[in-house]
Amino acid sequence: MVLVRRKPLGAASAAIIGGLVAVALLAPVLAPRDPYAFNLNERGLPIRMQAPNATFLLGTDPLGRDVLSRIVYGARVSLIVGFGSVLIGTLLGTGLGLVSGFWEGRLDQVIQRAVDTVMAIPGIVLALAVMSVLGQSLTNIILVIGLVIAPGTSRVVRGTVLAIKQQTFVDAVLASGASPARIVLRHVLPNVFAPILVIATVWLGNAIVIEAALSFLGLGTPPPTPTWGGMLSGEGRRNLETAPYLAIFPGLAISVVVLAFNMLGDALRDLLDPRSRIEAGL
Amino acid sequence: MRTYIARRVLHGLLVLWLVSFAIFSLVRILPGDAVLMQLDQAAAPTPEMLERARQELGLDRPFLEQYRTWMAGVVRGDLGHSLTSRRPVTQELLKRVSLTSHLAVMSMIIALLIALPIGVLAAVRQDTAGDYAGRLFAILGLSLPDFWLATVTITLLSIWFQWMPPIGFAPIWEDPARNLSQLLIPALIIGARLAAVSMRMTRSSLLEVLRQDYIVTARAKGNRERAVIVRHALKNAFIPVVTIIGQQFSVLLGGTVIVEFIFLQPGVGSLLLDAVLLRDYTLIQGAVLFFAAVIVAMNLLVDLSYSWLDPRIRYR
Repeated sequence: MVLVRRKPLGAASAAIIGGLVAVALLAPVLAPRDPYAFNLNERGLPIRMQAPNATFLLGTDPLGRDVLSRIVYGARVSLIVGFGSVLIGTLLGTGLGLVSGFWEGRLDQVIQRAVDTVMAIPGIVLALAVMSVLGQSLTNIILVIGLVIAPGTSRVVRGTVLAIKQQTFVDAVLASGASPARIVLRHVLPNVFAPILVIATVWLGNAIVIEAALSFLGLGTPPPTPTWGGMLSGEGRRNLETAPYLAIFPGLAISVVVLAFNMLGDALRDLLDPRSRIEAGL
Repeated sequence: MRTYIARRVLHGLLVLWLVSFAIFSLVRILPGDAVLMQLDQAAAPTPEMLERARQELGLDRPFLEQYRTWMAGVVRGDLGHSLTSRRPVTQELLKRVSLTSHLAVMSMIIALLIALPIGVLAAVRQDTAGDYAGRLFAILGLSLPDFWLATVTITLLSIWFQWMPPIGFAPIWEDPARNLSQLLIPALIIGARLAAVSMRMTRSSLLEVLRQDYIVTARAKGNRERAVIVRHALKNAFIPVVTIIGQQFSVLLGGTVIVEFIFLQPGVGSLLLDAVLLRDYTLIQGAVLFFAAVIVAMNLLVDLSYSWLDPRIRYR
């Protein structure tokens, strides 16, 4: 309710994301056709490259498959990759950031150099290199994107933990005899949630783009699984001049979802961190 | 200051060494080896063929010995030989570095030319239609994936203007017209995200600076608003902008991989992509190391620029 009242655009973005989750979960009910099926005409030939019409709302691809149904099912892959990789990247990054920031010392040095190493490689380059070794599969994509997400998250968490450590309540808890692990889990971690939530929301959008980019480059989820990036790359790109809708609709789907995650991330940052709202002049 | 630079250079070299070790290990920790994966793509290789290929590439030796040999070459500028073309990796990279550097620098210039004026205007005219338009531009720039933008742009240009990117790269100092016709649009697409991020940061940072006491003083002294912004506010507001440019440079370089592929540009990005598709691991190692070296150098430049932007920052 706070989001709706104070950040209507953020609330609208949350509604779009909620809608997307519903579409992904209810894909078998909502998709008008089987996304893998070659739709045939009365002569038994595939209904290829039909422009959007009353029967096929977003048209058909060169194999006669329904574009709308493939986009609906494609939402599943995007969300599985988005949430899966952000979960892995956030858990890993938060763990590393907490250890690095709270204990500092040699362990911090080791972790930070590892983080430097991964951050010195562009995300898509790292993803390509690792995918070339691991091979194409949905699990590998999730792992690779999680690996791309973790270092940035760990830096944010480490910075927050270092700031929290300076506060007197940490000294008070230490003086009461609590173990460091207890302090981290009971007192530091809850204070790190807000920045983690913001960064994870923005990363959800980025993860969906990386998955789509990998599929676009031919290294994502293998066909015939419908993915937005894959639809854009193969049939979409080859037939852009004659059937632009093949690329436009999956591209729009990616853009709207990423836009929604970005705007929700902005809204959450403003709500959870009043200082950033003042800084941003909002 | 000198000690600080030396320390930062050493840190950069350490990171590069770690990257080299990580990428070298990556292709060797898996079951099987690079040669097996390489030869598997051709007709089924016999055990003798595999053994011979492993010996030729030194893959039959212990891991650390292989790494030592490779690193000894790297420090001399020899990154080994491509598994597919058999040509030296350094030579392959050098042929393509120029295009990727042009593309990256041009993208950055375009991004800043767009972002800075819009960011400043959005801050100075906060909550006006111009401000909202600027912020809308930024959020769109952040949300439209570069591969989609590139695909749609190249198609529309070919349909409407029968324009196709020219083949064969010419450096800007040799043939500026050809260079611009080849790289301007790809650079615009790559730079869109950086433009969006920098615009947002310029706006918020300038708004913060404009509320500082010294700005009130500058205004109270009777300076014109333009002078207050240009002479007093902008330079200080640029520090977070430079930081974000440094952070986003990695994303920009990643964008070159995708855009070079779509626009058929023979740069390091498309070389990496070819290497990944062909599983040419020596080439992958070389290309990843190249990208890491550029990012490390960029981070160093960003760090050094802080003291120029704000003389209060002195490194010891």
